[in-house]
Amino acid sequence: MVEASANRPMVQALSLTKRFGNLAALDSVSLDVAPGEVVCIIGPSGSGKSTLLRCINQLERIDGGAIWVDGELAGFRRTSDRLIELTDKEIARQRLASGMVFQRFNLFGHMTALQNVIEGPVTVLKQPRATATAEAERLLARVGLAEKRGAYPSELSGGQQQRVAIARALAMKPRLMLFDEPTSALDPELVGEVLAVMRDLAKSGMTMIVVTHELGFAREVADRVVFMDQGRLIEQGPPAQVLSAPEHPRTRDFIAAVLP
Amino acid sequence: MTSSQMPGTALDPTILSLPRVGRLHLGRWVSATLVLLALAFVVKAFAEGDIAWKVVGQFFTAPAILGGLANTVIMTVCAMALGIALGVIFAIMAMSPNAVMRGSAAFYIWFFRGTPLILQLLIWFNLALVFPTIGIPGLFSARTIDLIGPFMATLLGLGINQGAYTAEVVRSGILSVDHGQVEAAKAIGMTRLTTLRRIVLPQSMRVIIPPVGNEVVSMVKLTSIASVIQFSEILRNAQTIYYANARVIELLIVAAGWYLIVVSILSLGQVVLERHFAKGRAGAGARNG
Repeated sequence: MVEASANRPMVQALSLTKRFGNLAALDSVSLDVAPGEVVCIIGPSGSGKSTLLRCINQLERIDGGAIWVDGELAGFRRTSDRLIELTDKEIARQRLASGMVFQRFNLFGHMTALQNVIEGPVTVLKQPRATATAEAERLLARVGLAEKRGAYPSELSGGQQQRVAIARALAMKPRLMLFDEPTSALDPELVGEVLAVMRDLAKSGMTMIVVTHELGFAREVADRVVFMDQGRLIEQGPPAQVLSAPEHPRTRDFIAAVLP
Repeated sequence: MTSSQMPGTALDPTILSLPRVGRLHLGRWVSATLVLLALAFVVKAFAEGDIAWKVVGQFFTAPAILGGLANTVIMTVCAMALGIALGVIFAIMAMSPNAVMRGSAAFYIWFFRGTPLILQLLIWFNLALVFPTIGIPGLFSARTIDLIGPFMATLLGLGINQGAYTAEVVRSGILSVDHGQVEAAKAIGMTRLTTLRRIVLPQSMRVIIPPVGNEVVSMVKLTSIASVIQFSEILRNAQTIYYANARVIELLIVAAGWYLIVVSILSLGQVVLERHFAKGRAGAGARNG
């Protein structure tokens, strides 16, 4: 279905390798994500799914392979016969293509919700403060937190912090959203409000890669589910297939262990 | 059910109406009395001692003393500003991925923390012995003796020495900020330096300000050792006066009074700054520091 589309892939990862010491966190992983597609990556902890996400927006340096984001080679400039590593500034510019939401929210603690959301547009994109503020208010309303604009992160619940974090990422107008276990640090009763915002975002046509343990969310929202284990991509396909009728025994074991 | 009885118990409800009497706290009374006695003894000694309090009052606002006071305050501000600027630069260098940067920062901290301040002041003051002229070849050149007088030598000595200490304070402040903050800043497209300026340094202030406030207080008093290289700060001016009128203790009391006033004002400023940088932290505020 991806190949059928005339659009080039939003993300193309080719034979990605990433080592931490002797451990191969990613072992020759290849993955294409089409524009507008929602891909959920599942797998046991330590399977490399977060590392894959962090390589896509260059929070980790890859040791081998290549990544293109929206057609642009990540981290390197290609000449006729070599790859030249990009500067800090060029990598920062490339990161603008993607927005990232972290497991531990990582809201800027010294800034209010509104200041968190306008920080990128004002400091990085050099937007006028008034423009950025108007857009931030719209985004905070979209995640249901219009009245919390003046609250500091320490005054917000985990679910509220994560929704502000989503608004902060969206304020940069990314073409791609990366979610790194966005509900894993939340109390069970707060998971729903964050998933609702993500569901809404998926409906709006945003390209999303979501590392998650929420198999229900994956089944409902994902166009494709990818199962990873020990740094390898084991199996992928539509959620109905991967979650209900997995082909690989390791996928089957994982799903049997996770589902009650 | 009547309100004066608890059902099913044999407790005596009259206990609720008895008056409550606090403990005696005998130890507190004894210790307080001893301290007050000691204090009274010291006050009496000074009151009866050979101190001409009129002279103290007379010289408290003498032009030479106020001029020295101004120099002390100006030097404190300038040397501390230089120290903080150098401290931030060397703290960032000490954490750089570049080994030459890290090595230079380590050397700077090692050298200036490892030698006495008074020795460093003497070196700066006597630099003309080694380098009669200084400048950038082809651009400008000047006689060292004109460029580095008592003020400049004191500023360089105190500021550069302070920078070595402040670098360590700033470094620990930077380390106190969660790495997730840096990743979040990178993820919205910030460069390393923008991340430091906008995200990391403001949040490290909470950790940095109490020790730096402490160092400002030290600096006020450290300026007094610049009297050895003829910088006319308040203590040196007080000395100059008592060499002439022999009112040694009176002039020293004048200087001590001014030091205490300046330090008290600075301590108030520190409280205000700490409150400001505690924002965003639940339950934080005056409690910190």
